[in-house]
Amino acid sequence: MAVKKIAGIEVQVNDEGFLTNPAEWTKEIAVELAKEEGIELTPAHWAVIDYCRKSAETSGKAPTLRTITTEANVSTKDLFALFPKGPAKKVAKISGLGKPEGCV
Amino acid sequence: MADQPRKIAFICSKGNLDMVYPALVMGWAAIGNGIDVTIFFTFWGMDMINKDRVDHLEVPPIGNSSMKMNMMGVPGYVGIPQIMGIIPGMTAFASALMKSKMKKLGVPTVREYLEMLSDAGANMYACKMSVDMFKLKKEDFLPCVKDIVTAGDFMDMTEGAQIVFI
Repeated sequence: MAVKKIAGIEVQVNDEGFLTNPAEWTKEIAVELAKEEGIELTPAHWAVIDYCRKSAETSGKAPTLRTITTEANVSTKDLFALFPKGPAKKVAKISGLGKPEGCV
Repeated sequence: MADQPRKIAFICSKGNLDMVYPALVMGWAAIGNGIDVTIFFTFWGMDMINKDRVDHLEVPPIGNSSMKMNMMGVPGYVGIPQIMGIIPGMTAFASALMKSKMKKLGVPTVREYLEMLSDAGANMYACKMSVDMFKLKKEDFLPCVKDIVTAGDFMDMTEGAQIVFI
């Protein structure tokens, strides 16, 4: 557990850089976290992030990739294109959530 | 090592419903985490990619001593006696039971899983020797299958990969 300054705000992060308190997340933090992953956020990215935030609000955990593709109306191909090389962790991290729990 | 992405390859040699899922589940987890995934289908594993077989995979209760569970409200790991397993319809019953349990958990069907993996960028190949033996053609397979390759080709394309044989 450590404190990291992202977009001018001090937040709690775990060893892998995931925010440990989703409430500390802001849109500016998402932009910075995305940059760390080499991603420039577009409206298509935001649609996925917004869905994940909303889903986590009710379920308390980050949605799995399969949940995102079926519920957020984004295809598997698009999701992997938007967040290349490992969307599972990247989407959750940028959305300020923990790693997705669940296998699909 | 850091700039070399991790690679994993699965060899699917079985077509029983319980044996086709491990590669799909692990493959999906791997590709979701940025690991390069290759799947090689050989022998009975080719049922997974066979257009006419993929939706009809089964799990037979015969010879499976672990197939015992808390069923229909009866606790204590109840199983189907082996002798009953030979009764026509038992395999269909066991398969339907497994499929319904997986559906309840939101697990995709084999066909859907393969499509997801393919869309996510997994590389899938059928084994040349098995294809020749079963007299199959590329057209018999789902579109996710890129090519029919030899064991040697598979070795070349999985250099540096962790290989899982199922």
